[in-house]
Amino acid sequence: MAKSNKPLVWGLFAAGGTLTAFVTPVLVYVTLMAAYGDPPAALDYENIQAFAANWLGKLALFVVISLSLWFAAHRLRTALHGLGLRADTAIAVAGYGISAVGTVLAAYYLVQI
Amino acid sequence: MSDLQLELEILRYDPEQDQEPRFQTYSVPCQEEWVVLDAINYVKDHIDSTLSYRWSCHMAVCGSCGMMIDGEPKLACKAFVRDYVNKTVRIEPLANFPIERDLVSVLDDFMNKLRRVKPYLIRKEEKPLSEGEYRQTPAELNKYKQYTLCINCLCCYAACPQYALIPEFIGPAALTMAHRYNQDSRDQGRAQREEETASHEGVWDCAFADACSLVCPKHVDPASALQQMKITSTVDWYLEHLGMGGKKS
Repeated sequence: MAKSNKPLVWGLFAAGGTLTAFVTPVLVYVTLMAAYGDPPAALDYENIQAFAANWLGKLALFVVISLSLWFAAHRLRTALHGLGLRADTAIAVAGYGISAVGTVLAAYYLVQI
Repeated sequence: MSDLQLELEILRYDPEQDQEPRFQTYSVPCQEEWVVLDAINYVKDHIDSTLSYRWSCHMAVCGSCGMMIDGEPKLACKAFVRDYVNKTVRIEPLANFPIERDLVSVLDDFMNKLRRVKPYLIRKEEKPLSEGEYRQTPAELNKYKQYTLCINCLCCYAACPQYALIPEFIGPAALTMAHRYNQDSRDQGRAQREEETASHEGVWDCAFADACSLVCPKHVDPASALQQMKITSTVDWYLEHLGMGGKKS
């Protein structure tokens, strides 16, 4: 029996899931704080800009954005299958397509900074 | 003297007479410390000797009496009647399997899948007897011991939503048994087993609903075995596609 190529997307899903579990709640908190609260100086535009301009910062942002997308695409695919939707190929192509485009765009815009 | 009364609604099916399964209700006087299997045995011995079901050890070791009790896959010898008083308890054969007769399921599908994953020690080369036994540290034993506790009751298959959707899925117990041998320090057969376990019908049909682990009467935790296998299969897949030791076991 042929081995599945699912490890390609599952590897990204697993890495993204682990990352999302730790990072996403913090990002939500930081975003809400920046939007409605009194953000600390560390979240000033200049500081965030400097972080995103740094190569290590770019890498961190890229990994978080890209892996979150791959995680979400795969989670959505399995969730929809579980809910009874049987258009697996279409859902997979759409979901992973958006993740791939998002990954390229994230890289493109991060390099611009 | 009976302490409590139990209404059992048991699925009956005789392939020679019935077009489809039906339910028959039995009123059983139970003692408080009885398990559901005792109540079913009472039916067989005192009310209706035509009832067919599997059982053997009466102590959660043999794995024969897995069945749906009140909609949940359980061992009839481990489900106490006192948890079901004052209601009608529906007793059915394991979900997701064809019915042979009454509470007896056809288990051929599982048996064939179990054979496919090669659940035995595989050595590239057996060492001669004169060199003695294969020794193992307690830590090496601990890596797989939990997975040896499976009694093949198949409650996990009855609970698995993926097996219900995809009958080709190799499923929790058989894959867990493959993992048990993969994790054994004496074994060298992972690459061989991955021909089956790393296919679509293997671990990749698992969606990690965790139902198998929730119903497992022996706390084998098949879901953990399958997730660990996914990680190993993923690493092996990347190594293989990067041209690094794809045939390693």
